[in-house]
Amino acid sequence: MWQIAIVIIIYLPLVILTGHYLFRVTLQQKTWLDPLLDKVDAAIYKICGIKKVDMTGKEYVLSLILSNAIMVLIGYILLRIQASLFLNPNNISNMEATLSFNTIISFMTNTNLQHYSGESGLSYLSQMVVIIFMMFTSAATGYAACMAFCRRLVAKTDTLGNFFIDFVRVTTRILMPISIVVAIILVFQGSPQTLSANKTVQTIEGKLQDIALGPVASLESIKHIGTNGGGFNGANSTTPFENPTVLSNIVEMLSMMLLPGACVVAFSLMVAYRKKKTIFGKQGLAIFAAMSILFLVGLVTVYIAEKAGNPIISELGITQELGSMEGKEMRFGVAQSALFTTVTTAFTTGSINNMHDTLTPIGGLVPMFNMMLNVVFGGKGVGLMNMMMYVLLTIFIACLMIGRTPQFLGKKIEEKEMKLIALCILIHPAIILLFSALAVATSSGIAGITNPGAHGLSQVLYEFASASANNGSGFEGLADNSTFWNVTTGLAMFFGRYLTIIIQLAIASLLAKKVWHSDSVGTLKTDNTTFTFLLVAIVLMIGALTFLPALALGPITEHLQLYS
Amino acid sequence: MRKFFINIKQALFITITMFVLCGLIYPFAVTALAQGLFPHQANGSLLEIDGKEVGSELIGQSFSAPEYFWGRVSSINYNVYTEKDTIPDKDGQLNYSGVSSGTFNYAPSNPELKKRIEADIKKFLLANPTVERQDIPADLMTASGSGMDPHISVKAAQIQVDRIAQASGLSKEEIEKIINENTETRELGIFGENKVNVLKANLTIKKTMEKTQGE
Repeated sequence: MWQIAIVIIIYLPLVILTGHYLFRVTLQQKTWLDPLLDKVDAAIYKICGIKKVDMTGKEYVLSLILSNAIMVLIGYILLRIQASLFLNPNNISNMEATLSFNTIISFMTNTNLQHYSGESGLSYLSQMVVIIFMMFTSAATGYAACMAFCRRLVAKTDTLGNFFIDFVRVTTRILMPISIVVAIILVFQGSPQTLSANKTVQTIEGKLQDIALGPVASLESIKHIGTNGGGFNGANSTTPFENPTVLSNIVEMLSMMLLPGACVVAFSLMVAYRKKKTIFGKQGLAIFAAMSILFLVGLVTVYIAEKAGNPIISELGITQELGSMEGKEMRFGVAQSALFTTVTTAFTTGSINNMHDTLTPIGGLVPMFNMMLNVVFGGKGVGLMNMMMYVLLTIFIACLMIGRTPQFLGKKIEEKEMKLIALCILIHPAIILLFSALAVATSSGIAGITNPGAHGLSQVLYEFASASANNGSGFEGLADNSTFWNVTTGLAMFFGRYLTIIIQLAIASLLAKKVWHSDSVGTLKTDNTTFTFLLVAIVLMIGALTFLPALALGPITEHLQLYS
Repeated sequence: MRKFFINIKQALFITITMFVLCGLIYPFAVTALAQGLFPHQANGSLLEIDGKEVGSELIGQSFSAPEYFWGRVSSINYNVYTEKDTIPDKDGQLNYSGVSSGTFNYAPSNPELKKRIEADIKKFLLANPTVERQDIPADLMTASGSGMDPHISVKAAQIQVDRIAQASGLSKEEIEKIINENTETRELGIFGENKVNVLKANLTIKKTMEKTQGE
């Protein structure tokens, strides 16, 4: 238990520090890397013909979608012709069409759902120029969207910020430097970083063993920093080369927790900055606290469930002192695995250090529920935006109950915004539940299910929750490399990402254009403990109402069957 | 409309710039740094005997000889194979079709899981007649997530001592010593679990056996 607590204690000062840095980068204030990076940025602006002009909300979204579309196109072509390109020492063949579609959407939307296995499906060149490239750009896209959103909430105009400048600054000033440092730490711990081919060695029993190598560390660091989650190898961060030691495990967890948390801090500073300087603004703190409560409840549940072990294994008469070890690695054990599972689904990264399909039913319910809520910190940038939808909803509901005008940061929340907010909150469950229903109603969907009984439904639910939340982890038993699964999850990821971002920025634009009212005694306070608990209650209530029936048929039934 | 074209041009150029920066410059720079600073790790932490590579200290291997420690269950057999496994058998099936990673992905409620564990317990008890069923730790009978877990728990190593002593001709004390030497304790006494590196322990057994036979 202590090892979990200590990781969280280390996290807090780190996230505040990074949040301040992120705030300075966003508002283009001075930072200590400026002397070098100002030149790099200037060169990039010059090459690309980027001028420092402010964009309206519409222009911003358009630039975001255009650049993402071009990236998708280039990436798709590269996957389809990788066999004939260079840096392919293991002679990997071209990727099939629907799988390439799924893969490219998956990486552009920051999901990193993988229906291929890295060691047999991608050349080193593809790992670098498709996967690593998209890991950077999708994270930068999410951040840019989030900062555009936050800026508009505190501004008095809709014309501010430039997508390309936000995009470049976050890549060169945040993602790249942190990734290099983390990559070197991972190499030190044992992750390979080489361009030479896989090794075949002769074992001392006279057999042969293949050892998959490659530029693993450089992918591994941005995979976590950018909350991407797609592994170099099929088994992701369970493999010793992607996650060699407990120390690397902790570094990877902190890496994925760092920026989503920092976004909340940066937002809190933007709000507070209008008044005075502070370490952590009160408004942001209220939201951060709500996210933390949901996170801790999930974490403790997974830990207890996994520590209890699998009753069926106990029946077989062997000792289960270490907890449920099926699908887990010995060097991590239950504590580090439970923490990783909760972190990767709360912060929507999607990398795994144990196989989620083999988690106990309740241990598997928590990661699934985290992705269904999609607001417990959430992915880089977009998590905060999702939570803000709930914040606005909570304000609206609370104000209706006490008969006041709903108002947030001096902006009135009216009919138009509320319609969009409701739509935005509904898209995510609609994608998950409708696609799940489609999957269990068609034979090509059912063909993917590999575990019998209630767990089969959990596999389906998990897959679509992961796709729509842009998480990317899976109940990996699911045989998901088929046309049905490639196409449906591809669409789920696409809508889950872009529809949501478009609507959220539209809401921000609407709010930005409104007249600013100063707070009066009648205004609902949104930065105190009462509001935090109200927010948690609303999130849980909406989540429970939407997903409880499905969860009851999946993991809850399985749990009851195991213990009957 | 003109604005739209400028936008497309910027989007295209930013894509190409990022493509070069993130997809090429970054991984090459990290490779250069890694190869310069930590060449052993960057090339896979390989272990050698007499100049020949026998495995990686981070990747487990499957062992079946009675004089060696046995590791955890692996759905991919640790990517260990023989020449014969790469030739299609009479049904046209390959026993080994290339490097991979992963696990069985059996849900806790899956009857296959129970069947597999029960079969493995029986096999283990047969090979280790001095061990009682309730002394077997679950990590030895469950599959790792990666299929390449290099470790077993200390207890899982200790219950194999009798068998190894008998098959290798080493004394129990020597084997206990080998376990201790290859036990990696929790980092800073807190993080992770205590565990034994199976391949490293087996290499020590091999060396000790050769030394004893040489005398």
